[in-house]
Amino acid sequence: MATRGAEGAESYDSASQRHAARHESFLRYRGLFWAKLASVVALLAVVSYLLVDVEPRHNGGSWYGYALGTIGALLILWLTLLGVRKRAMTPGRWSLKAWTSAHVYLGISLIFIATLHTGFQLGWNVHTLAWALMLLVILSGLFGITVYGFLPRYLSDNRDETTEEQMLATVGELDRQLREAAQPLDTRHAAIVQRALDEEVAWASVRRRLFGTRFLGTSADSLAEIRRETLLLRAPDPHLDRVEALLARKVAALQRIRSHMRVRALLEAWLYVHVPMTFATIAALSAHIVSVFFYW
Amino acid sequence: MSETYRIAIVGSGPAGLSAASRAAQLGLAHVLLEKADHLSDTIYKYQKGKHVMATPSQLVLRSDLDFAAGKREKVLGTWDEQTGGNKVNVRLNSEVVSIEGEQGAFRIALKDGATIETETIVLAIGTQGNPNLVRCPVGEGAVVQYTLDDPQEYVDEHITVIGAGDAGIENALGLAADPEQRNMVTIINRSADFATAKAANVQALTAAQDAGRMIILTETTASAIEAGEIVFDTRDGEARARCDRVIARMGSAPPRAFVEACGVEFSGPDRTAFPRLSPTFESSKPGIYVIGALAGYPLIKHCMNQGHDVVEFIKGNTALKPADEPILEGKFKGLPGRLSVAEWLEALRSSVTILEPMTPLQMREFMLDSEAHFYRAGATIFDRNEPGDSLFAIARGSVLVQVDPDDPAKTVPIETGSIFGEVGLISGRRRGATVIACEDAICVEIPRMAALKLQSQVPPAKAEITRISIERQLLQMFGSGLSREDVAPIVETAEIVPVKAGDTIIEEGQEGYDIFVIRVGSMVVEKTIGRKPVFLSYLPAGTYVGEMAVLEGGRRTATVRAAVKSEVIRIDGAAFKALLEKNPALLARAHREMETRQDLNDYVEAKKDSFSGAVDMYSSIASFLVEGGIGEATDVLLIDENLCVGCDNCEKACADSHDGLSRLDREAGRTYAHLHVPTSCRHCEHPHCMADCPPNAIHRGVDGEVFIDETCIGCGNCQRNCPYGVIRMEKKPPRKPPLLSWLLFGFGPGPGEPSHDWIDKRVSPDTPKVAVKCDMCAGIEGGPACVRACPTGAAIRVAPEQFLSVARLEEGTI
Repeated sequence: MATRGAEGAESYDSASQRHAARHESFLRYRGLFWAKLASVVALLAVVSYLLVDVEPRHNGGSWYGYALGTIGALLILWLTLLGVRKRAMTPGRWSLKAWTSAHVYLGISLIFIATLHTGFQLGWNVHTLAWALMLLVILSGLFGITVYGFLPRYLSDNRDETTEEQMLATVGELDRQLREAAQPLDTRHAAIVQRALDEEVAWASVRRRLFGTRFLGTSADSLAEIRRETLLLRAPDPHLDRVEALLARKVAALQRIRSHMRVRALLEAWLYVHVPMTFATIAALSAHIVSVFFYW
Repeated sequence: MSETYRIAIVGSGPAGLSAASRAAQLGLAHVLLEKADHLSDTIYKYQKGKHVMATPSQLVLRSDLDFAAGKREKVLGTWDEQTGGNKVNVRLNSEVVSIEGEQGAFRIALKDGATIETETIVLAIGTQGNPNLVRCPVGEGAVVQYTLDDPQEYVDEHITVIGAGDAGIENALGLAADPEQRNMVTIINRSADFATAKAANVQALTAAQDAGRMIILTETTASAIEAGEIVFDTRDGEARARCDRVIARMGSAPPRAFVEACGVEFSGPDRTAFPRLSPTFESSKPGIYVIGALAGYPLIKHCMNQGHDVVEFIKGNTALKPADEPILEGKFKGLPGRLSVAEWLEALRSSVTILEPMTPLQMREFMLDSEAHFYRAGATIFDRNEPGDSLFAIARGSVLVQVDPDDPAKTVPIETGSIFGEVGLISGRRRGATVIACEDAICVEIPRMAALKLQSQVPPAKAEITRISIERQLLQMFGSGLSREDVAPIVETAEIVPVKAGDTIIEEGQEGYDIFVIRVGSMVVEKTIGRKPVFLSYLPAGTYVGEMAVLEGGRRTATVRAAVKSEVIRIDGAAFKALLEKNPALLARAHREMETRQDLNDYVEAKKDSFSGAVDMYSSIASFLVEGGIGEATDVLLIDENLCVGCDNCEKACADSHDGLSRLDREAGRTYAHLHVPTSCRHCEHPHCMADCPPNAIHRGVDGEVFIDETCIGCGNCQRNCPYGVIRMEKKPPRKPPLLSWLLFGFGPGPGEPSHDWIDKRVSPDTPKVAVKCDMCAGIEGGPACVRACPTGAAIRVAPEQFLSVARLEEGTI
């Protein structure tokens, strides 16, 4: 294209900085660098497991088992540190995207490292508990990556340039207008509107929060009732028509904010398994390590 | 009134009050005329409890009145008390209608019919001017007011606001904000749209109307105001409405006409021009002195010092050195040679061409804003690609411009008296070349604001800067090997054309032979394919366009239109062609560049069938970003909403990197095709926020970031001027407990910006609010925290010309 007086300056001096600033997701970060590294680690673990001859059979107590166990335990602690890294905004040439990328792929490689560490000697004990909890953490993490893959788009589409605050304000504003519009109505109709006004934005039941539809809720019921009433009228009632229009808008506004909260909840829900289970894993892991050394 | 005063001071703001106090202390016969029924009307009209700041802090206060930063009430209280204590002869409710006569015998006519006779006059009337009055008849008992101090004072009233500019809209919204006040607010606007108001205000207004809280009448004027009733002249005829109070906000007439009628000349026809003054503040009309904001000094301390000084000057104390003397001494300390401040000012003025037409007073003011540097031979003044928008003038010695980035030996000299760095000043982009001192040199570095002021005050300086900048821009663009003589014929034909946003300079399919150099702003190139405009490329300032028709002949192959308000240099194609024919190397280069463009055209043409979806997508995203004002951005935060999980870690990181206040609002802002432009500073080429900052606290930093320094006085001008709403006025919260004590024990509010309640509980109510905006994390290792802290890679920062390039289309990364 046309000549420039000053070419775009190269202000990022290191390769990692360039990657951090690049438009690529954490999964594809640096040309799948961490995916490749994690694959090599997992592959090495599998190959060495097959090549190393431990007598009488592979177990956590051999030198090889200890090596894998130490790597696995340190890896778990390091993976946990993502929670600190995310919140500690220290200066420096790090990027959380790089950390997330490494967290995801090295976390997956842990399946191989830890499972091979067990030597497939599983049972009903604290050792297997630590392994199982760890798998639970990893599986919840995989679920997290999956929802991160497609839910953000829904969030963006549903939002349609409005913010959560604006969505809430819209509902409040419609309530105010509904209250005003309901003034000229008779008691029976006013009671229908009142039921819609009494409805909370957030549903109390978690099940409804995650799986409710737009046809649920007292506002939707009130709208249906008012619609029935207007159909029965001989002459159109402008007051009822206005209330009907407002109710329809409220139902739509509720639908939007509830969808918004639902998608956000789904994006976060897995963390309520992932994080507590991480601490449970660390607790079980500590018990595992202490007991192993105690009974040496 | 037979007494003749020695001094009459018009206006009782900080400048006038200080002058009157000095006159009273010196025992001069004086009178202080104030049109309102109280002193210091401008500050009086500040909102209640507003914190008044005292910048610049290094300036010593020299006045018989005290002044320290504090609440409006305290500042006014001190002044009222001390004005009384100093036995100042104040005459309130005394609006000056006209001034006649000559030095020694002026006659000031007041609105109440009285005449004041005085030997000298000090004009300290500020720049607020008088509000435009309602033109319709106002009946007995009708309430019409021109200001609104506290909207919460009015309850249960029918109020009509006349004028739908920002002031009127803000008043109307304030009155209708609280439904508990039960006000019925009507706002009327003469035209059909709200052209002069900010978009955010208009939006809020229409929202208030939709909510039934306000009545908006457009194409309506008031035809009569009576007690309890107002008559409107609407498009559909006359209408009457109940009205207990009219608030008229129809702008104000600047005081220039009045000042000129007194015989005072201004430095130029510009709206921003100030009266021409001597070093003793005397105007072109002997005996009339001008001080304060009207003289071009908007800060309170300056005003008060001038009030003191001007009375000393009038009394004959010409040896008095201005209070800013020590500041200037400090600026000249590092220069070789032992000259006094006055001598240095004179030396700089006489040796630099563009400074020559200035008065000593202007020169003084100018140097307060500028810096003088001494460079040893060989020292680098600035580097290529360094951000910077200041202008340099050479007062002694000469400099060398390294025109070829690959070969530092290729240089062009610039001699004493000339300027350099003007490209950065005009385009707001990075420096185009490295400049080093050729011999020991003294240069004046003129910051952007000072340079703009200089150009508006001194028209010959503007003409000279324009000529040099066109010449240099051409030399730089067309490369080395050309001399000033070569481009002289082109410079002669060149013409600067302002282009409004959206206007086209080149129309596809039209005949045209001119070349356009983009001087300010940016352009987009589009081609119509299948009756749809397809975005071809983005041209930032410093590029040229239109050479294809000159080289190849034929019609224009694409449309070029302004992305933002821009300025182009139009060059005659024939003169350009003559230049090319004389310089085969340049011709070859121009051909190469044109081929690249042609390749791009062909590529898009070819793609339109196979990949029309991708081309469409690219084109519409580019148009969306350009519409969103990215055309004036230098660095903008974008969020890919395919990846954004809404964790707000970007906001938290921003707050934790900057005093606990986030400078970005992730959720707010426009979105297109999942590409989101959050409410965050885009570091405009010509920042709107800089336009009207009284303490000059907004600068462009070393990495191109636009930032606000600690001299911010919290006036809120930048917040109002920013069209993107990215500046907040906030109190700085205290430090939070460290992260680990929150993680482990739950102390403090945790990462991110604390809630307002948390801050309010810990910050004293007197703490002033200051303007807060993105500084691109300047000085923080690792760069912008928002991008570093994004866990999924959704947040990216881009320069528009990198993002809007077809290369991305080929890579398939959009």
